[in-house]
Amino acid sequence: MNSEMIYSLIAIGIGILMLIMAVIAILNDKLSAAVIAAGVVSLFASVLFLLMAAPDVAMTEAAIGSGLSTLIFFYVLNKIKRQNA
Amino acid sequence: MLRNFLIALVLASFGFIFLNLYNSYEPKTELTGIAAHYAENGASEVGAANLVTAVVVSYRSFDTLGEITILFLTAAIISFFLKLSNEDENKVIIHKGTSEILKTASQLLIPLIFLFGVYVFINGHLTPGGGFQGGAIIASGVVLAIMANPNMTINHTVIVWVESLSGVTVVIIGVLGIILGGGFLDSTLDGYGLGEFGTVFSAGTIPVIYSLVGLKVGAEISNILNKYQKSQKES
Amino acid sequence: METLELGKIGLLIGFLLVIVGFWGILQQKNIIKIIVSFTILNTGINLVMVALGYIKGRTAPIIDDSVEQLANHNVINAIVDPVPQALVLTAIVIGFGVTSLLLAYAMKLFRAKKTLEINQFNDLKW
Repeated sequence: MNSEMIYSLIAIGIGILMLIMAVIAILNDKLSAAVIAAGVVSLFASVLFLLMAAPDVAMTEAAIGSGLSTLIFFYVLNKIKRQNA
Repeated sequence: MLRNFLIALVLASFGFIFLNLYNSYEPKTELTGIAAHYAENGASEVGAANLVTAVVVSYRSFDTLGEITILFLTAAIISFFLKLSNEDENKVIIHKGTSEILKTASQLLIPLIFLFGVYVFINGHLTPGGGFQGGAIIASGVVLAIMANPNMTINHTVIVWVESLSGVTVVIIGVLGIILGGGFLDSTLDGYGLGEFGTVFSAGTIPVIYSLVGLKVGAEISNILNKYQKSQKES
Repeated sequence: METLELGKIGLLIGFLLVIVGFWGILQQKNIIKIIVSFTILNTGINLVMVALGYIKGRTAPIIDDSVEQLANHNVINAIVDPVPQALVLTAIVIGFGVTSLLLAYAMKLFRAKKTLEINQFNDLKW
């Protein structure tokens, strides 16, 4: 197996995991689990960007999509829970 | 029942369109058109080793200016919204203390995070990185500082001045490009030529512009996150 | 399996994420779930755009020693397309801005009516 087939197999594996986590993010009832699943989708997308020879895009997606976006979601969820209780 | 059927119909039509697009896609084998021009002449015209940075800051710099404007508008609208919705600002907010691990670890990690962020946007033209990535990393460091120490307030005047001065300086460098160089936001000015290829002081005005963009993006995202943090009410 | 190369795999995964994101936006009733589906839709579109610029067997568009070794000092035969990557860089940052704005609106809506179901917000319906 040369290296290109290994990269394709890794990409297929990551893709299947990404789709499973995206469906979990939509179908789950708890809001915090859905937000964390969306963060994991962003993280796997960052790895896929690196496999497709785009290191700038991978760094941006990891920092902004998987880090700061999830953080803002949790701020909003915390405030809503505090106002509800 | 009708709603579910209509949703399934819309998704099926999207799936049909995407299937046709996927089947008729032929992967490229050569760089054609404008990408060929950027690949051949990028190193000699602009002087940056990172071709994506050369495209973002020098060849398509108008799009970057538009993106900076959109980020500025977002930060302004969020400050407007989250300020008016604080109905009881006169209440004294007493914060519980945070845990010991967070306080100690943040004292160790925050200088390293800031150093890494500054490294990423200063070397944007040599290695993968640049202004937007460095600004996001700096904003993460600021959020860690806010979370470990909830009584700390960020000086609002400092953030406003940093953000405004960076934006105005980028536009001034752009106008200097019209007077002394080849166009708006050109990377070679008359008295400030391209340095040696591959060192930090190369690629003309690109490191200067990207550092200013990194500071501006970091200040804006820190402002947004600060507003979100301050709108939590604790007792 | 031999014809499945990295560009087409990325394109397929991007299209499937777009369909999953649209399904979430159309079907869900909770505002926070709708915003989460919106971020999944954004990620899918960015994957499609980067996958369109991939050329098989080439490396990242940064001119250093590995590129020079690969193609005998001829850059144009050794790198992938840098233009879609520059556009996706802008798109990711703008997507983050739109998401944070949507969440600020969601907070204000919750403060007004104390609920997060979109069926309760029928003040503008005739």
